[in-house]
Amino acid sequence: MSIPTTNKQAVEIGKANKRKYMLERVSQRVFLFCALLSVITLLLIIGFVFYKGAHPFVAEGYSFIDFIFGSDWVPSEDKFGIFPMIVASIYATVGALIIGVPIGLFTAIFLAEIASERLAKIISPAVQLLAGIPSVLYGVFGLAIIVPFLQDTFGLVKGQSLIAVILVLAIMMLPTIVTVAETAIRAVPQTYREGSLALGVSQIGTIFKVVVPAAKSGIMTAIVLGLGRAIGETMAVILVAGNSLIVPTSLTDSVRPLTTNIALEMGYAFGTHQEMLFATGIVLFSFILILNFVLAKISAKGGN
Amino acid sequence: MEQRKKETIINVRDLNLYYGDKQALFGVDLVIQEKEVTALIGPSGCGKSTFLRTLNRMNDLIDGVKITGDIVIDHENIYKSNDVIKLRTKVGMVFQKPNLFPMSIYDNVAYGPRMQGIKNKKDLNIIVEESLRGAAIWDEVKDRLKTSALGLSGGQQQRVCIARAIAMKPDIILMDEPTSALDPISTLKVEELITNMKEDYTIVIVTHNMQQAARISDKTAFFLNGEVVEYDDTDNIFSTPQDKRTEDYITGRFG
Repeated sequence: MSIPTTNKQAVEIGKANKRKYMLERVSQRVFLFCALLSVITLLLIIGFVFYKGAHPFVAEGYSFIDFIFGSDWVPSEDKFGIFPMIVASIYATVGALIIGVPIGLFTAIFLAEIASERLAKIISPAVQLLAGIPSVLYGVFGLAIIVPFLQDTFGLVKGQSLIAVILVLAIMMLPTIVTVAETAIRAVPQTYREGSLALGVSQIGTIFKVVVPAAKSGIMTAIVLGLGRAIGETMAVILVAGNSLIVPTSLTDSVRPLTTNIALEMGYAFGTHQEMLFATGIVLFSFILILNFVLAKISAKGGN
Repeated sequence: MEQRKKETIINVRDLNLYYGDKQALFGVDLVIQEKEVTALIGPSGCGKSTFLRTLNRMNDLIDGVKITGDIVIDHENIYKSNDVIKLRTKVGMVFQKPNLFPMSIYDNVAYGPRMQGIKNKKDLNIIVEESLRGAAIWDEVKDRLKTSALGLSGGQQQRVCIARAIAMKPDIILMDEPTSALDPISTLKVEELITNMKEDYTIVIVTHNMQQAARISDKTAFFLNGEVVEYDDTDNIFSTPQDKRTEDYITGRFG
């Protein structure tokens, strides 16, 4: 930086800098605006859904308890009970977890710990590509392969069922679980592995007693993220769920989860019916919110 | 000093090691006696740590390592037999940086025995106490066995690492610069411990610190560029080195 020697020079430099400072301020605003955009959108969506969804209970005298625990959903008769759908959503998600978590976890362990670099380079991208497949294609796959398979194997009248949903969701949550868990496992310091192996512990013993426990919080995060994916999935589920409005009592029952209910009926619903679909959205949203809360707890714990 | 006949426990013959195309060890011959402290010294990259890790086959973890020659430990050629697990229970290791697992002190020391199938609580309690006493850290940790091992100081952690190795009742303990990450007082404690431990264990220690080698070891091997230049009683190495390069190194002319 040269020191201005005359007043005139000083003024000129001042002018040039003024433009720079101005540009600085403007660009800061632009960045801020972009950053706020997503927050604003979030608030708008929440506000809108809650406003519409809360209306029947606040202004029209419907009971929220009946809404949650009612088992009849007959909009034409003014009956709005979503209990069967809540149960279906929970069953489908838990079922998908029971199948998807072990497979995803073992895949992640295999990729991070056991597979040779060459093999991992083939499998890893394949798993990641699984995440990029549009969800409707999963539905089509389920409808074309899984549903007929179930029909034939179990002699069902209709293959679209809870188990079909579970299978499709289990596949769909794999990439999330595998990718996040693999990253967590790879982040475990090599010195832990060496410490265990040097004590004469086998590789598998080392993986399950030292490496996986050390990656625990990352693995939990992977599971919760997979869960979020499963509970919010709509398109693939519509195609294989069967959409019956009953509380499922067996894996082969046709079901209608929360997301499907909204997607199926929103197109033609109006008035209270439409508002009740928004209310269904609130319930779904609450599930996701709880998951996020759990996730935040886990990552906070992992940070310690 | 008591002069009883000591037996050879490690016998290394013409050991060559390659990382891919690069040769890191050249025809190493070394005979190590039981219940002695053998120090491996030499400048960085001379192959002393690599050599140490051949003794419990930790180099197996690295891709592309090729080894020729023989290492006989306790009458068994360790590269002919493929029981790495048995080898590593017999040849324990302490690393440069303390590497305790993120669990309690107790669980760290009990980890090895548990993985060998010892479930009985009383037995484990005895092993943990004996091992921690053996590593001269029992008194410092006996009231906090169930707390996280990572809450200990670096020096304490390293002694618990030694306890963890002792818990497997090994014959040999390999130490890879065990004090290089420690402060002087902790270093002194670990050195004292090593001197006491040689009554029960054969110790092979890599060290950067020549005073340390002189203080604690019975034999010293000087490594340079992947070869053993000189191997003799520590007293001889430091008073009357036979090789010019050894003399240059221990007098600080290079390295």
